[in-house]
Amino acid sequence: MSIIKTQNLTYLYSTGTPFEIAAIKDVNIEIEQGELVGIIGHTGSGKSTLIQHLNGLLKPTYGKVYIDGQDIWEDKDTIKSVRFKVGLCFQYPEYQLFEETVYKDIAFGPKNMGLDYSEIHRRVHDAASHVGLSEAHLSKSPFDLSGGEKRRAAIAGVMAMQPKVLILDEPTSGLDPKGRDTILNMIKNYRDSTKSTVLIVSHSMEDIAKLATKVLVLNESSVAMYGTVDEIFSKSEEIIQMGLDVPPITRVFMGLAKHGVNVSGQIYTLEQGKVELSKLFAGKCTQGVEGT
Amino acid sequence: MIKDITIGQFFPGKSMVHRLDPRVKLILTMTFIITIFLCKNFFALGIMLFSLILIIISSKISIKLILRGIKPLLFIIVFTAFLNIFFMSTGEVLLEYKFIVVTTGGVFTAIFMAIRIISLIIASSLLTYTTSPTMITDGIERLLSPLKFMKNGVHTVAMMMTIALRFIPTLIEEFDKITNAQKARGANLETGSLVQRAKALIPIFVPLFITSFRRAYELAFAMECRCYQGGEGRTRMKQMKTGLIDIYGLAFMAVILGAVIFLNYSYTHVI
Ligand SMILES: Nc1ncnc2c1ncn2[C@@H]1O[C@H](COP(=O)(O)OP(=O)(O)OP(=O)(O)O)[C@@H](O)[C@H]1O
Ligand SMILES: [Mg+2]
Repeated sequence: MSIIKTQNLTYLYSTGTPFEIAAIKDVNIEIEQGELVGIIGHTGSGKSTLIQHLNGLLKPTYGKVYIDGQDIWEDKDTIKSVRFKVGLCFQYPEYQLFEETVYKDIAFGPKNMGLDYSEIHRRVHDAASHVGLSEAHLSKSPFDLSGGEKRRAAIAGVMAMQPKVLILDEPTSGLDPKGRDTILNMIKNYRDSTKSTVLIVSHSMEDIAKLATKVLVLNESSVAMYGTVDEIFSKSEEIIQMGLDVPPITRVFMGLAKHGVNVSGQIYTLEQGKVELSKLFAGKCTQGVEGT
Repeated sequence: MIKDITIGQFFPGKSMVHRLDPRVKLILTMTFIITIFLCKNFFALGIMLFSLILIIISSKISIKLILRGIKPLLFIIVFTAFLNIFFMSTGEVLLEYKFIVVTTGGVFTAIFMAIRIISLIIASSLLTYTTSPTMITDGIERLLSPLKFMKNGVHTVAMMMTIALRFIPTLIEEFDKITNAQKARGANLETGSLVQRAKALIPIFVPLFITSFRRAYELAFAMECRCYQGGEGRTRMKQMKTGLIDIYGLAFMAVILGAVIFLNYSYTHVI
């Protein structure tokens, strides 16, 4: 049974005004337990709207959302438990910090779950270690942290609820490359150690190619593709046509292939690129050596 | 909930009402509202209601939107009308129960008040529906410009109003965003005692205030970087011009006003 399933999910913003707009249309997806799904799509394609349906923050205009096989809008109590089952971390989550100390802020979610003191304590420390925040950080005011640390504290606040599904909306936006890598590694380790399902919205194809097991492509409010990383990036041409980017390395190899160099155009990580190039040069170099 | 507040929203368009000069529109709206209060009988009020309908039609704003603007205030309207039923005791007695007396006078006054308040709300929301916030404040500033002798006062107040109006939608959006983020962490805003609910707002208002202060600083910096130094000697990008349409508007209003005054004197007894 899939952990997340949507059926004909449609959502209209500003119904009944001249500004009515369908942010997502007829979305049918099924996501399996333990997957790390990268969600891509250009600005306004409905990514943020889609993920807000998965923990019941938005109520579908039409259609259904099933978490763990259960229709989340069936009754009121379901919705509450869904919030804890599916942890959602918004874009720029650092602006949601409000407590006096980082510890208290991370504890906000677990406290709302009604857990006892020792369990909260354990979870806060667990989450903090996942995001690499030390004991010293925990007793600080969240407003005294650096931008990247604030972001990590906010993500820890969601992780501390130990949701079955963790959803992050552009967790790396506005960070430098190092901060970006830190957060991505952290998410990867989190998934490996908790075996939970993770969904990441991102504009960086490189990150998605490196991290994800599956990719969901949204285009003009609908699902354009859903499949493994290999399947999706083998359709690089189509992705480019949707106004999306492919990883820079893919573009290099597509260019090379087009100019008649004997390489595959379907390379999307540096590792694969290295292998492909060494294959190519291996032939050439031996020839060169033989020539002299 | 918070999305239901349509007063203050602007719906761009090209209708006659949209094209009126903001200054003229402000004056017309004020006159219209005063005229509503001048009405002494149902004939006069009928004229107002009829012209209001004409204005709504010519503004091309959908009736649904107009009704939505009234919805949040429905309780106040009904409440006011209700009070009038019980506290007026003129005319024939319709119903008597212990100390409660309902008279025709009371019922008429209640209906009269309700229509009055509804027209008032519609008239003022039509102004904001068809005029962008900046145009409204610009218009107010221009109308108050005879008060220039009060040093920078008029301009500063107008600028403050412009900024405040400009940031209302931003704040609402921010409020929604933070609310969602805290709800995602299991914050419970819907149930509990009054104290609990008030407490539940802390996780929302602390980040909201912090963001607002940050925005205020950024805006102040940005304005200073563009050499903003107050109103003296500033010219405008959009010049306001009165045209034929404004004259029609004023004439229309004059006719309504005349009719209301005439009807007030012709039928002094009805209501
Ligand atoms: N609160 C809102 N009110 C009205 N329309 C909205 C609202 N939020 C989003 N929309 C519209 O819904 C559509 C989808 O928006 P959404 O935020 O889901 O896009 P996105 O894929 O997350 O984009 P981005 O990559 O820029 O974050 C857009 O056309 C947007 O204009
Ligand atoms: Mg988004």
